[in-house]
Amino acid sequence: MKRYNIRLAGVGGQGVVTSAHIIGNAMSNSGKYASLVPFFGSEKRMAPVEAYVRASDQPIYEVGEVIFPNVIMIYHPQVITHGKSYTMPFYSGLKENGIVIINTDRDILSDEDWKVLEDLNTKVINFPATTIALELAGTELATNMAMVGLFFGITRLVTEEDIEKAVKERFLGNTFVASGGTAALDSAIEKKFKKKVELLEKNMLVIKEAFKMAEREGWVEQEINAI
Amino acid sequence: MPEQKVVDVDYLLLEAPRERKFITGAQAMAEAIKRANVDMAIAYPITPQSEVMHLVGDLWAQGYLKDYYRAEEEYGAFSAIAGAARGGVRVFTATSGPGLLRGLEAIASWPGHRIPAVLGVLTRVVNAPLSIQPDNIEISYLLNCGAVVLHAENQQDVFDFTLAAFAIAEMVDVYIPVAVATEGFFVTHAKGYVNMTPEDMKLPPRDPYKAPVPPTDCEVPPARIQRDAPVQKSNFMSYLIHAVWQQEIWSSNARAMKYIYKYLGGPIEVINPDAEVFVVASGCAAAQAREAVRYSQLEGLNVGLVKVKSIRPFPEKEIREVLKNAKGIVIPEHNIVGWLAREVRSVIPNNDRVVNGPRVYGGMTLPTELIMDEIYKILGIKKERKVLV
Repeated sequence: MKRYNIRLAGVGGQGVVTSAHIIGNAMSNSGKYASLVPFFGSEKRMAPVEAYVRASDQPIYEVGEVIFPNVIMIYHPQVITHGKSYTMPFYSGLKENGIVIINTDRDILSDEDWKVLEDLNTKVINFPATTIALELAGTELATNMAMVGLFFGITRLVTEEDIEKAVKERFLGNTFVASGGTAALDSAIEKKFKKKVELLEKNMLVIKEAFKMAEREGWVEQEINAI
Repeated sequence: MPEQKVVDVDYLLLEAPRERKFITGAQAMAEAIKRANVDMAIAYPITPQSEVMHLVGDLWAQGYLKDYYRAEEEYGAFSAIAGAARGGVRVFTATSGPGLLRGLEAIASWPGHRIPAVLGVLTRVVNAPLSIQPDNIEISYLLNCGAVVLHAENQQDVFDFTLAAFAIAEMVDVYIPVAVATEGFFVTHAKGYVNMTPEDMKLPPRDPYKAPVPPTDCEVPPARIQRDAPVQKSNFMSYLIHAVWQQEIWSSNARAMKYIYKYLGGPIEVINPDAEVFVVASGCAAAQAREAVRYSQLEGLNVGLVKVKSIRPFPEKEIREVLKNAKGIVIPEHNIVGWLAREVRSVIPNNDRVVNGPRVYGGMTLPTELIMDEIYKILGIKKERKVLV
């Protein structure tokens, strides 16, 4: 059984909660299971944000926050370096043989952190999500997409198509009909819609790159210790 | 509002086709009200109940209910519920934590007045320091009122229990209120899949004359009852009247059990009846317990689940039977006093088999890992979990 209990930690404005929804919807699209719990403090830009997702190929009954995660995704280096987090230190509650994904260009962990994580036999992945977002989408706002892409790249729980559908659902709503054409829409809506489609394409570029990167770097996981 | 047709109680609860929807626990409760042919709802808002009563207010606006109002506070709300029910209509109300305690005197008088009301209890911290989080200690205050008390695990249970509650409450040999409790936020504000009966079918209306005591003629209130209330006298008759009346209430409560079997598939659900260790849980702690049972299976441990759906009447016989060979019993709870553990301990032999906990309170999450730790302890498994806190 694959069972991932994930804690997502980032700062306000990065789309942490949005990406939790995308992970959940992608799981649902692939006929698997997910549940999510958002946890906001004061909801403002650059303030700490946490969200929790459970993802599995089996039904999930559990409710509430994930206290003992086996995957921790750090969306912003300041979660670690500035302690911008509700959960301190960032790895508290982490189980043995887990995965920590950190959005960073370089190693930001102290020797002490490394020792703790090595003792737990943690797979630590320093992943330049924001750099990839800037390079491929031209905006750091796609950082969350890179994180989602990498998570699924590692776990292989869903296909790229399942993710794409989830991203579309999130940004275009369920009313979107691909073959419907936009000719009937007036120009203002068309322009807005075109922008959304472009955004969607860029997001997908980022996700696909992260997905491939997991393969290239040999990060793909087969099974994970559930408890 | 679609045209609703009245269908037979048994048909609606047991046979009617169902459609799956992904909705919150609050929505599930309101969807049950929509199908229950409720005449009137009265409540006072409190978090996290307010979501439910807001949705019921919408139902009134759409024409499903004949009357709906916000009372002055809970004591007033639940007293008014008693008045409406004595007048002969079908009533619903709901509350949370402090609201339940504020109105508890009125609620405790419902069974004696033979009020077949349905009460939603969406749990919340009581006592200080103030909090709105889902601790379920309030259920323990409700257990000695005489009412039937059901505890729902998830959104599906909320729908099923609430709809069945009206049928059970109005059975002539029951005729006492039914409380449907579930955890605030964890269930009321979270979404789950719910299989629901069609929107255009509803329960038959309440027949107030099919009752152990006739409805009150509200035009000509029976003033003599007020003036000559037997409890105002200190004599043998006053003791006796109260005693036999209360005996009848608790007998009615016990008689609800056969309808709990009929409509809810029994007061308990058991997974792996031959287990060595059992996790006994009610409400959303049962969901966490279900995960613990699954993890145990993965690890090759012989662990079972007893989910308790009905707290009153308490399934004494059933629990004694299923736990007779259990080596250890773990009871995870969302409150500090461990009211379910007390209930279970009071009905089984060798009750030192019951582990005290795990318990979380103040509305905290109940991690499955805490349940696993107790299971390991009972089985003598030394498992050093390397978790950093």
